[in-house]
Amino acid sequence: MSILVDENTRLLVQGITGREGMFHTQQAIAYGTKVVAGVTPGKGGTSVDGVPVFNTVAEAAQQTGANASVIFVPPAFAADAIMEAADAGLPLVVAITEGIPTLDMVRAARFLADRPTRLIGPNCPGIISPGKCKIGIMPGHIHRPGHVGVVSRSGTLTYEAVGQLTALGIGQSTCVGIGGDPIIGTSFVDVLRLFNDDPDTHGIVLIGEIGGAAEEEAAAFIEAHVKKPVVGFIAGRTAPPGRRMGHAGAIISGGKGTAADKIAALEAAAIAVAESPALIGQTMAKALSH
Amino acid sequence: MKIHEYQAKQVLARFGVTTPRGEVVFNPEEVRAVAERLGGTVVVKAQIHAGGRGKAGGVKLAHGPHEAETLARQMLGKKLVTLQTGPEGRVVKRALIEEGLDVARELYLGIVLDRASGRPVFMGSSEGGVEIEVVAAEHPEKILKEFVDPAVGFQPFQARKLAFGLGLEGKLVNEAARFFANLYRAFEATDASLVEINPFVITRDGRPLALDAKMNFDDNALGRHPEIRELRDLDEEDPLEVKASNYGLNYIRLDGDVGCMVNGAGLAMATMDIIQYAGSRPANFLDVGGGANEEQVRHGFEIILSDANVRAVLINIFGGIMRCDIVAKGVVAAAKTLGIRVPIVVRLEGTNVELGQKILRESGLNFTVAHGMKDAAEKVVALARQLSH
Repeated sequence: MSILVDENTRLLVQGITGREGMFHTQQAIAYGTKVVAGVTPGKGGTSVDGVPVFNTVAEAAQQTGANASVIFVPPAFAADAIMEAADAGLPLVVAITEGIPTLDMVRAARFLADRPTRLIGPNCPGIISPGKCKIGIMPGHIHRPGHVGVVSRSGTLTYEAVGQLTALGIGQSTCVGIGGDPIIGTSFVDVLRLFNDDPDTHGIVLIGEIGGAAEEEAAAFIEAHVKKPVVGFIAGRTAPPGRRMGHAGAIISGGKGTAADKIAALEAAAIAVAESPALIGQTMAKALSH
Repeated sequence: MKIHEYQAKQVLARFGVTTPRGEVVFNPEEVRAVAERLGGTVVVKAQIHAGGRGKAGGVKLAHGPHEAETLARQMLGKKLVTLQTGPEGRVVKRALIEEGLDVARELYLGIVLDRASGRPVFMGSSEGGVEIEVVAAEHPEKILKEFVDPAVGFQPFQARKLAFGLGLEGKLVNEAARFFANLYRAFEATDASLVEINPFVITRDGRPLALDAKMNFDDNALGRHPEIRELRDLDEEDPLEVKASNYGLNYIRLDGDVGCMVNGAGLAMATMDIIQYAGSRPANFLDVGGGANEEQVRHGFEIILSDANVRAVLINIFGGIMRCDIVAKGVVAAAKTLGIRVPIVVRLEGTNVELGQKILRESGLNFTVAHGMKDAAEKVVALARQLSH
């Protein structure tokens, strides 16, 4: 098993005719993801690699039974794309786009609050259940099917962790990139709850970074509810305060959101924290063997 | 993106937020005429992108144009060191000459995104003129908060709640409520990430004004605000960071001696961290993002190596979509073009990693190929230590 995406996922690609959209559609199909439709307003009736393109998400979903969407739409239009997908009733929307204005996301989040759509991201690599379904830009070949869930605010740092796990023979149930922005659709706690309830996820890797309080909330949730082994890593011990470290959400503000505070919160909840990014895989191996 | 106090006041004035009369000057000769126009007591305020100016002598009262000019002469072109600038301080190139006010009360107003709720929050406090973090730590009950529902925006009843909560009375309640509404409109319309009025004052004759104003803007939204982009002051930014941003590179200068170039912000932070874990200190943060091609790698090298502190460079690229052999070719070409003198450690991972490593080893250049982040960090720290000055 896995969470959120599997062999039953029917994917629609918003922005399919753009450069990123086209490339990643090919990659998804090659991986075995069921890509059933694409949406680019004005290009309805055409097709990309055999995938039919529609003008609107509503039409695409209705015609093809798509139950998930991935968004490869530029920042100025991405919040609107998220809302269009939610309005069409899609249960899952994965927004890859980086650079969406924060207030646009504030409004989109409000729009989604009353609707049954789960948003992952934005500014995330996507979500993959190895061997079943890949939504996003992560390299499929570094993953292997297994029983460790990975949840992360990062992209390539997640691949680093996954690469280490795979090299140790530890496969992954599902890897979820929740994104590097300050306003995201799905939190650490949301994903931890799903991993906790998934009988095929036996351990969890949580990758956090400076900024906000999501890791502290995660620690509290884990302490109260999660009995499976959890390993954490927090990036940004060396980040200076007040500077945005790439990700819009990675900023230490008014002394809050430091890596040290997050590590302390995780450790206080008896979560093993890898001291170095090179030790994430090993730390999980050790936790699983206990 | 940050702007100066005088610019924030100009932006706010466009939205009807009342601010003191004042003008910016760039040299002392301009001061006398401005002070005469304002009349009476004026305040000479250093304009730098850092707080704590008052305590550091960057805000001075002048009783007339002559004194204003003298004070401005002492301030302009000189370094001002505040608690926020760090010991190296900042050279003051602009000053705001502003009318003096007869202040009866000093309050605090701030608008910022509350990450926990995902909504903007409008904060007010009767404790104006002090650091809000201190108030938050010692007297959190003194900070009033109104969360804004994005579906409807900041409502008049919320502005009134704040006004009454701050102890305002009579006519002032409606005037202040209007002030708050205008302030929020400015925040939303400009895609600000922070608006802070500290202090928000009530004068002795009952007028509400923004005595200080700070506005930060969402970098992601600048594309739709050319009028805000125009306010950027390059003198307030590190020149290398300015150069990097012109190349579309995400670069932040630090003070260590191991330079690093990485794809992805989280991995870049983790690379800085592992350099420290291995016993040295990172010289910078640099995320080349998805574009680790030859041109971007060359720009990245140029930027990193412009920092004289750098004794060795670590390149850490996890190639997913980006193939490692393409990255390696780009690194080799860039290094050849620039003629690099410092040792470079390259750690590649991902698609075509062996081919990439082979290209690096056979390039004839001074590359050390590393396997894994631990190996990469240990190698680059050792090489940085070897280089004698």
